[in-house]
Amino acid sequence: MANDPFDYAPAPESRSVVDIKSSYGLFINGEFVAGGGKSFKTISPSTEEVLSEVAEADADDVDKAVKAARRAYSRVWSRMSGAERGKYLFRIARIIQERAREIAVLESIDNGKPIKESRDVDIPTAAAHFFYYAGWADKLEHAGFGPDPQSLGVAGQVIPWNFPFLMLAWKIAPALATGNTVVLKPAETTPLTALLFAEICQQADLPPGVVNIVTGAGTTGQALVSHEDVDKVAFTGSTAVGRAIARAVAGSRKKVTLELGGKAANIVFDDAPIDQAIEGIVTGIFFNQGHVCCAGSRLLVQESVAEEVLERLKRRMGTLRVGDPLDKNTDVGAINSDRQLQRIRELADVGEAEGAGRWSPTCDLPDHGFWFPPTIFTGVSQAHRIAREEIFGPVLSVLTFRTPKEAVEKANNTPYGLSAGIWSDKGSRTLWMAGQLRAGVVWSNTFNKFDPASPFGGYKESGYGREGGRHGLEGYLKGGQ
Amino acid sequence: MTLLSSAGSFTDATSSDASLHRFLHGLPGVDQVGVEQRAAGLGTRSIKTSAKEFAIDLAIRMVDLTTLEGSDTPGKVRALASKAMRPDPADQTCPPVAAVCVYPDMVPFAKETLGASGVRVASVATAFPSGRAARDVKLADVNDAVDAGADEIDMVIDRGAFLAGRYLEVYEEIAAVREACARPDGRSAHLKVIFETGELQTYDNVRRASWLAMLAGGHFIKTSTGKVQPAATLPVTLVMLEAVRDFREATGQMVGVKPAGGIRSTKDAIKYLVMVNETCGPDWLDPDWFRFGASTLLNDLLMQRTKMTTGRYSGPDYFTLD
Repeated sequence: MANDPFDYAPAPESRSVVDIKSSYGLFINGEFVAGGGKSFKTISPSTEEVLSEVAEADADDVDKAVKAARRAYSRVWSRMSGAERGKYLFRIARIIQERAREIAVLESIDNGKPIKESRDVDIPTAAAHFFYYAGWADKLEHAGFGPDPQSLGVAGQVIPWNFPFLMLAWKIAPALATGNTVVLKPAETTPLTALLFAEICQQADLPPGVVNIVTGAGTTGQALVSHEDVDKVAFTGSTAVGRAIARAVAGSRKKVTLELGGKAANIVFDDAPIDQAIEGIVTGIFFNQGHVCCAGSRLLVQESVAEEVLERLKRRMGTLRVGDPLDKNTDVGAINSDRQLQRIRELADVGEAEGAGRWSPTCDLPDHGFWFPPTIFTGVSQAHRIAREEIFGPVLSVLTFRTPKEAVEKANNTPYGLSAGIWSDKGSRTLWMAGQLRAGVVWSNTFNKFDPASPFGGYKESGYGREGGRHGLEGYLKGGQ
Repeated sequence: MTLLSSAGSFTDATSSDASLHRFLHGLPGVDQVGVEQRAAGLGTRSIKTSAKEFAIDLAIRMVDLTTLEGSDTPGKVRALASKAMRPDPADQTCPPVAAVCVYPDMVPFAKETLGASGVRVASVATAFPSGRAARDVKLADVNDAVDAGADEIDMVIDRGAFLAGRYLEVYEEIAAVREACARPDGRSAHLKVIFETGELQTYDNVRRASWLAMLAGGHFIKTSTGKVQPAATLPVTLVMLEAVRDFREATGQMVGVKPAGGIRSTKDAIKYLVMVNETCGPDWLDPDWFRFGASTLLNDLLMQRTKMTTGRYSGPDYFTLD
């Protein structure tokens, strides 16, 4: 857009609303404490600027956190009435709304995602989750899990870096509503909003120990999920780590929910509302730089309209604005880490080597930080690695199909099964397709829509258990699964 | 469903009521939720400083300054025309608006004041706003306006015929009005085709009406008369912008778009310009291809313009009321 007469001037969101401390401890038993172990740096992926030094919890720290959670569980939280628990959750939800701008800016700085996304999606949806589960807290006996559902105890929760604050809400809100206490480990590249949430817990006067936050990397997570006094493990992240967790807890009493990878098909029929389908393809893969487990990373387009869809998609991609996450007009932000950028580059190179056609719009990428342009691969078949492996970046593989049956076969021909999208004006076929697709979520004429009332989770290697909605309560109650 | 078929097939499309029906109903559908979400998304663009200055001046140049009241008089129209030429008497750098839009009998007074200023005179016609009259009455209405010197004719389509599925009738009427826009000297008045989208109601209808009007030779497609609620909305305009973009892709011809009614603030106007920019591209960012049908919008644009240059907001009394 170099010759654009209507050149949008920079519109940066102010950073003054956030106060990042030079170092952070662990949040255990309602207080920030120094960890016994080492510390690590968290950086801004858009500039590589060091933001803060964060404590890395070792096994002893994790043990202290679990003990604090156990104490809070047996002495306070499990004895409290549902209505009282609900009041705390409502209070937290309101504080999130009040401090929404601060959380959104901090999230964009630490994660690299565009401010318009953290501001308009992540943080409002996180608040909505707390509101939603606050409402369940005193109605659990009506949730369909028996007359007197019982909480589990201490939940050990490990969350990813793609939606740090939203995933925290998905984990903590249902756990607290059902009467459990929590030890949560945020991802090592994005710890800051979880630590801000710790402040929110203090502000809400949440009893000490009900929520504990331990920062760190894989070892810390391992110590948490394998701790013997943890009753419940909830994990969102890669399938490889999910497998390791399942192995580690096998044979124990721990209840587990895993939300893992995906390679979702976004299926466009020849009678699709075409302009909206193009938007859906763009949202499906370029939303959050494609760092979305349910991203529509495989576009299955009916052969008769493939050429036209691609032309329109390319034209639309030309208007995507890649750059400063804090600019209010940015559509695509920074890749979260150097490691992830290497992974995306590697797989994109494989796609090229395997003979797929690579295309990106011309866009100037900043000199510092981690960036990858929105990219599509055409002429991809099921045999290509880029059609099978989760890239977790702004890279779309385009495949074609001829009939609805072929679309179903190709869509299901993956070890994953988290989500899918169908674009068609024909309701009867959409419903038939939805019944055939082995995916936890199937969107019709939309994509990447999230609502706290709607359950979310996977088939096959995309994990098990559901989060969100009434179903999301089950993972935190005795019985079931 | 391929839109990018050759222009030749469009002649076939308009050969009978049945083929026109097939063509219009073969256009890709519009998903309501999706188009509204896209329009809302574009509405969150943040246009600041230099971009805002550019947008405000462009918006002023795109205004069709309108008065369409039963109480209109030569005096009222002359005053409006003066304002059209010099929207901000205190600031010589302020550009004039695109046109003044009036009823046919007011055209001579507007013309007289505007002279060779470059500001055009647009006249509504064809039994505006309802369009409920016999065709020869509508054409006589157009002839009157054209004879009086109108540079642009804003016609209304027969929504009754459209909703009853008599597409060919609507098509032929637009084509007939287009012919009536011709002058003996060969210069034709430009034709804007008003759909009254508030009465068509669905986005699918808006897309069909857009193609129908473009096939029939309309120079501009326009949302509303301003007499029916809702008038212009962002998603309706988005569907029309997509239609003109696709029409150029298919035929090479550009058609203009004019949202009218209900656009009152600078903020709203800028949202429209962002939508034009990101849907059709910069080619449409010109008064020849995009207009705002409005009356109160102009003063808000002027107020924001003054704020950009002076850094202060001044009261409404500092801007003329015409």
